[in-house]
This record gives sequence, structure tokens and C-alpha cells, in this order.
Amino acid sequence: MKGNSDRIWSILFILPSIIFIGIFVYGFISWTGYVSLSEWRSLIPNYSFAGFENYLNLFKDFRFQADIRNTIIFTVLFIGAVAFMGQLLAILIDQNIKGESIFRNIFLFPMALSFVVTGVVWQWLLNPSTGVNLLLEKIGLSPKWYVSTEVLFGIPIGKIEFGIPVAIIAIVIAAVWQMTGFSLAMYLAGLRGIPEELKEAARMDGASEWKLYRKIIFPQLRPITMSVIIIMAHISLKIFDLIYAMTGPGANYVTDVPALYMFETTFRANDYASGAAIAMILLISVAVFIIPYLVVNRRED
Amino acid sequence: MAKRLTKPFIYLILIAFSLFYLMPVYVLIVTSLKPFDQISLDTMWQLPSTIDLSSYSTAFSKLAPNIMNSFYLVIPATLLSALFGSLNGYVLSKWKFKGSEIVFTAILFGMFIPYQSILIPLIVFLRDMGLYNSIPGLIFTHVVYGLPITTLMFRNFYASIPYSMLESAKIDGANFLKIYGKIMFPLSISGFVVVAIWQFTNIWNEFLFAVSLTQSDQQPVMVALQNLAGSQVVQWNVQMAGALLAALPTLLVYILVGKYFVRGLLAGSVKG
Amino acid sequence: MKRYGFLWMIAILLIGTMAACSDSDSSSDGSGGEGKIELFSWWTAGGESEGLNALMDQFKEEHPDIEIENAAVAGGGGSNAKAVLANRMQGGDPPSTFQVHGGDELLAGWVAADKMQPLNDLYEENNWKDVFPQDLIDMVSKDGNIYAVPVDIHRGNVVFYNKKVFEENNIEPPKDWNGFLEVAEKLKSKGITPLALGDKNVWPSTMVFESILQANLGAEDYNKLWNGEIPMDDERVVKSAEMFKKVLAYVNEDHSARAWQDGSQLVADGKAAMNIMGDWANGYYKSKDLKPGEDYGWFASPGTEGEFQVITDTFGLPKGVENPDQVKEFLTVLGSKKGQDAFNPKKGSIPARTDADMSKYGKYSTDTIKDFKDSKLTPSLAHGSAAPEQVVTKVNQAVNVFVTQQKVDQFIESLKQSVSSLK
Repeated sequence: MKGNSDRIWSILFILPSIIFIGIFVYGFISWTGYVSLSEWRSLIPNYSFAGFENYLNLFKDFRFQADIRNTIIFTVLFIGAVAFMGQLLAILIDQNIKGESIFRNIFLFPMALSFVVTGVVWQWLLNPSTGVNLLLEKIGLSPKWYVSTEVLFGIPIGKIEFGIPVAIIAIVIAAVWQMTGFSLAMYLAGLRGIPEELKEAARMDGASEWKLYRKIIFPQLRPITMSVIIIMAHISLKIFDLIYAMTGPGANYVTDVPALYMFETTFRANDYASGAAIAMILLISVAVFIIPYLVVNRRED
Repeated sequence: MAKRLTKPFIYLILIAFSLFYLMPVYVLIVTSLKPFDQISLDTMWQLPSTIDLSSYSTAFSKLAPNIMNSFYLVIPATLLSALFGSLNGYVLSKWKFKGSEIVFTAILFGMFIPYQSILIPLIVFLRDMGLYNSIPGLIFTHVVYGLPITTLMFRNFYASIPYSMLESAKIDGANFLKIYGKIMFPLSISGFVVVAIWQFTNIWNEFLFAVSLTQSDQQPVMVALQNLAGSQVVQWNVQMAGALLAALPTLLVYILVGKYFVRGLLAGSVKG
Repeated sequence: MKRYGFLWMIAILLIGTMAACSDSDSSSDGSGGEGKIELFSWWTAGGESEGLNALMDQFKEEHPDIEIENAAVAGGGGSNAKAVLANRMQGGDPPSTFQVHGGDELLAGWVAADKMQPLNDLYEENNWKDVFPQDLIDMVSKDGNIYAVPVDIHRGNVVFYNKKVFEENNIEPPKDWNGFLEVAEKLKSKGITPLALGDKNVWPSTMVFESILQANLGAEDYNKLWNGEIPMDDERVVKSAEMFKKVLAYVNEDHSARAWQDGSQLVADGKAAMNIMGDWANGYYKSKDLKPGEDYGWFASPGTEGEFQVITDTFGLPKGVENPDQVKEFLTVLGSKKGQDAFNPKKGSIPARTDADMSKYGKYSTDTIKDFKDSKLTPSLAHGSAAPEQVVTKVNQAVNVFVTQQKVDQFIESLKQSVSSLK
């Protein structure tokens, strides 16, 4: 009997969230989906049915093809680097060192700044003629950073070269700089959550530090890595302010992303239908990534 | 022996990374101290010839009216979304019901909607509820769209707490709420710290909702910060000074809350 | 501590929420209420906001009983403001009056969407038809109705140049684009970047292309390009694209890394000789303590002398505003000689009226005011006056790709596509 009342309590507690998510996420998405199939291409709302025309036009579009490439490359590099840096720094900071809080705050500080400002600062720093290259040139390097229109390992697909646009790397650096603090905090919390006894027991068994990490600590950090990946994935898909401030769409759209394209299409060109179509494509592609995550998650439970 | 060698090595790496992470901060500070006519791309590394603090006073006088708005917004929004996230996480990890995985997925998915595309229905909805152009309306928006991420963080956090602890509490007669208040909540202090850091920073720095849902005297500081820039000419010294000023509260949170990582450590050791 | 943590948190939460609610209750009754004018623009800083404040002071002096509120939204040439405006208009909450470029941004946008009220009576009352040039009134009129009041004028087809660089190299301002190429070659051989470009936001490149197009087609035919009367594969357009390609060989290599100011800065520093830019660059140079006519000079972009590419900020009256009469009072001040002479000298633009008090304006502006009176006025594409925003956005996209790929055929094809929605 008592178990039942607890059950009711638990559902009661989650119900408001379900209702609000229902309206604000799914209700509004449905509206967006509806608009994406309409002919609303000016300031005058026009809900007449256009079928998938808006979608087809997008996929034929050079800019959108470039956007897809950029998003994939950016997301992979960005998430990988943030997870790696966060883990590395968390492990280093977790070694009972002096000045722990100083280091922690140095790495957290970038998160405190708004994307708009960091975008500008990094735009200056990575400017090929005046930025960090002034230092790098002394050791014989002068990368072109985000000015480069080169695409590494490019293979022609559709209207674009598919590969790694060099310019994206500059944005990855700025974004990683800004977000490392968060994954560092997550991993640090995770490391501190691992019971000392577990580590001690392993040390007693004569495991080396490396083995300790590989066998005990990294596996314990896996759920954290999962959170980091998901959270960074959503940052990466919405990385708008930073790119907007730092490079804009870039020459030949080497640093353009769908969020930027959507913003321009909707609010500059007043093409609400195409803007909504970009939003829907973004969402659908996210679903493609989220489902495997949940499958993995359930298997672990 | 190996330990003694690795310590200096660790410091070396950390200091190297710190320098890299501080590089943009250097540019920020140096620029904020220069008068406008000395600022150009080519001289961004140079120290200012004379220190000019006027950009700070300009920035401060323009940001001050909006700073309080940001506090009224960020504090309740952070606490509410952390609380809801933690309750959701608690239910979804420890009180699973039929379809709770689907509910979790559905909530999680909300994280990925591009906010630019839902502004129009959002404005219409908030107007109907009488919350448009008000800080409570902004709080509400941030709490709702913060649900996915806070739920995810807490659910993963609670997933590592063994069921056995709940079972023994239940045998002692604790109910749903009591288990939350006595076991889950104390155990999740470090979780709260991480979530609070995240939400506080995000809501503090958020621009799109702030600029679309509120007008002039209701606007938080980030909108005021953007308004330091003109449409054509941007006074970078004022902008950078403003950015540093606007970042102070978040920085303060890190310094104060950072200590709780250690608390989190203690709470974590209870687990074993 | 642990036991009460939960309660603590709820307590803090309640206090926080209450504080927030009580603070905003007093003013959460929405906007556009009776007796208040909400003035929406993207003028938030520097000269433009000083000008706006001067204008608002002028209004307060004449109408102390009407409350006026500055609701400016910043960000890159108004892109944030435009997004916020679009959301508010679509969401049913128009500001009392808002900044919009004259031409298609107003006409093909808000007027076509039936969101604006005509202001013919206001023009009659104030005899504005006599003081605003007819070409300009046409840029805010549709089907015989006038929909907005222009407050300022900027010129788009100007080349700013470094005087010292020109003198040292014995160079005269070129009269046409072939002349430009000769000059550019000469400068390049001396190691000076001939043309500074900062096209991070694309539109500065579009301005260069636009200048070439206008030189090759002339003002009249240039306009016909944007209403579909002349096709994009006209041989003069192709010629312009080829010229554009040649010109691009003379710009600074890191152009896409630079915003327009950083491009203009190259000229200020003497690293580059010329910069095609709207005359807000004049304001930028002044803020950098450079002297007009001494450190830098200007001329109409090659081949467009006697033509004046107009960028004008206008204000209108949206439908659904609660206090239209009060807004009209404001628009009256905005269109008055006093109002325009209060605003423009501070902003660094010239007045839209032709009867300005010349003593209030600097050297560049007085020259430009003369040109404005004597020249043929043409709308600017890059700033949304010549064509609907949708076309402008697509042309910008085509230009962005062309600047890198430099394939003329493909460019013409994209241009054709961009105007295809016009029919």
C-alpha cells in the first residue's frame, strides 16, 4: 500500500516537467514542423502547403551542404577535444597538488565570459597577420587559421569538398578553450566520487598507476563522459554566438553552421519556411545521435 | 621514486596549459585599459602606453542598471531548475515506472531544439500568460528549457548511488520524500554544484531569450553588454571592460562554490 | 547542516522568486501602453546613440507630457534588432515606431505585409514634400501612400583613401574601373595593398561588386536589374563580374578575417591605399583622431560620379499601436529641421531634408550634402534598399562564394537564382 503512494508521489513530482516539456518543446516543434512545410517565405505568414520543397531546396544548396560538413567535423573535433582536455586536466588537478583552486579557477574562468566576447578575442588571436602567428613565425610556422579556405582530405560530394576545413580548427580551439572548464568540473566531481577504498584495494593488489586508471577509474568515469558528450553535442549544434562573433559564415562558407544559416534565412531573408526546415533537419539529425546513446545507456542499466 | 619525478612534471603541464588559457584573458585586459584610438588588430599584444580606466567607468555606468535584473533572474532560475532537475533525476533513476525511459528520452530531446525557431510561439504564449516582458517570464522560460540538461545531469549522478541504500531506508520506513531529503539530496551536493555552475553561467550569459522576451528596463546585463557596441563602430576597450565586469559574478560563484567540490568529496565518501 | 540543506534551499528559492516577482510587478504590464512611445532602433553606442538622445531631448522639450523610451538593440549592423523586431511584430507586440532602411526593406517587407499605416496626412501637414527630395520620398512610398519619415542619409558609393600614400606615389583618384586597375598595379608594385577589404560579414564585398555594377550599367539600368527588367546574364553584368574578379586580386589577403573597421583601419595605417565603404567610415576615422581632407580623402567610387547611393534610416507607424497620435507627434519632430539638425551632426550622417543648417556639419558632411542635392539618387543593394531582403541575402551568398572560387559562370547562375523569386 505504502509503495503505491510513493509511486503516485514520484509521478506527481515529474508531471509538471512532462507537461511543460510537452508544450514548450513538442508543441512548439510541431509548429516549426508545420511552418517548414508551408510557403511562408516573406513577412506575410502563408501556411499553404508546400510539401517538402523547402527541404529539397536546402539539400541542393551549396551553403547547406557546406554547413552539414562543418557541423559534423566541428562536433567530432570539439567533443573529442573537450572530453580529452577535461579528463586530462581533472586527473592532473586531482593529484593532491598545491594551488588546486587557482588552477581550477583558471580553467573555469573562460566559461564565465560570454561567447560574444570570446569570439572577438579569439578572432584577434588567430588572425594570421597579427595574432599568435607573431610568435609562431619565430619557429617557422604561419598557419592561416580561419582565413584558410582549404579543405583537408577533401573528396567531392555534391557541390562541396567533403573533408576537414582548416578554418574550423580555429573555431574548435576557441570553443574548447571556453568549454573545457565544464568538463573539467564534471570529471573532477566524478573522480572525487570514486571511493578511496576502490583505489586502495587496487594499489594493494600491486596495480600500477596506469593500470589503476585503465581498469578502475576510466570505467567509473564513463557515465560522466556520456553526459559530457551529450551536453557538448547540444552546445556544438547551437554554437551560434561564438561563430557569429568570431568569423561569421567565413569565406566560401568554411565556418558556416546551420544555426547561422537558419538565423539569416529566418530573420534576414524573412524566409520562415526554409528557416524552419533547417531547424527540423537539425532536430532530426540529433535524434539520429541520441538514439544510440540511449541504447548504450539502457544496456548499462 | 616515480612519484617524486611526476609532481614537478604535473606542475609543468598545468602551468603550460594555464598560460595558454590565460592568453585571451591577457588580450582582454590589455585592450580594456587602452584608449580607443590606440586599439587596432596590429597592436593587440602591446601593453597600453598609459593606463586608461575610463572604459571601466563608462561600462559600469551603462551596465549597473541591468545588473540587478540579472541577479533577480539568475538566482531563482538556477535554484528552481536545479531543484526540478534533481527531482526528475531522482524519479527517473530510482523510481522508474513503465515508460520512464521514454519520458527521459523525451525530456532529453528538448535540449536540442534550436531556440531561434520557436521564438514566435513562445512570445505569443508568454503574452497570453501575462509573463511577457517580465523577469518572472524569463525565469519561467529558463527553468523550462533548463529541464532537459539538469534532469540529465542529476539522473546520471544518481545512477551511481546503489539501490541498496534506498532499500534499507525503505525498510526503516522512509517514504519517497524522506529518502530524497535524507539520502539523495545530501549525497548530491557536488552534483548541485556542477549543475548550479552550469545553469548560473548559462543563464547569466544567455542573450537570445533575454533580448527577445524583455524590453529596456527589464533586460538582464548581457543585453546591456551587447548594447555597449554600436551598429557600425564598436568601442572595443569599453566592450572588453564591460565583459570583464559582467563576468565578475560568475567568477565569484566559481571561487565560492569551488570549495564545495571538497564537500562533494566528503559526501562522496559516505557512499562506500 | 546536511539535514536542513533541503529546507534551506527551498527557503532561498522562495525568497529569490518573491524578490523577482515583487520587483517586476510594477512594470510587467507589457509595452506600448497609453502615453508612452517606445523607440526601437539598433543605435546603442557612440555617435548614433548620442544623436538619438539629442533627438529624444528635442522631443521631450516640445512634449514634456509624453513619455518616450529608448528601446535600442545592439549587434552587427542591426541583425539582432531585425530579429527581435520580426519576432515582436509576428508575436503581435509592435514597438511604437522602429528604424528601417528606406526602399525594399520597408516596402517589400513591412508595407507589403500590411503592417504599416500610411502617413500622407503627416506629410501634408508639415509640407514635407517640399523639403525631402522626390527620389527619397519614392523610396518610402507604395501605391501613392507614404509610409515612413527618413531621418538621415548615408552614402554607399564612396572610396576613402590615404592621402599620404596617394601623394607619395603620385596617384590621382581613378575615374573608372580600368583606371582603378592601373592605379592598383602601380601601388601593388610598391608593396602597398591597393584596396582594403574587411568582408567577414560579406556585405563589404557586395558593396564592391555593387559599385562596379552601377558603374557599368548606370543608375537607371542598375535599378532595373533588381526589379527583374534586366536579366542577370546581361553582358554588362558578366563584364562586371569579370572586373570584380580582377579587382579581387588587389585586396588584402586576410580580408575574410577582418570586419569592415579592420579593413578601414588598413587605410588609416597607410598599409592600404583605398577602401570602398559607406560613409560611416568617416565617423570611424574621426573617432580615431584622423583629419578629414588631410589624413584621408574621398571620391565617388569609379564610374559613379554624379550618382548617390542612398542608405537612409526611416521611421514609420506600425499597425496595432495603441497611441498613434502620440507617435505621429514624435515623427513630426523626427522630420523637422530642428530634429534632423540635432540628430545628424552627432551621428555623422547628413539630414534627409535639403534645407539643413550647414554650419552644424563638418567638412565631409557639407561636401556630401551638396552632392546629395545635385546627384541622381539610387538605392543600395547591400543595405536592403534596392531589393527585398530575400534577394539581398542570396546575392550576399553568391558573392561570398565567388570571392573564393572566382567562377564567373557559376556566379551569374547564382545571381539569376537569387532574383528568380522576384517574378
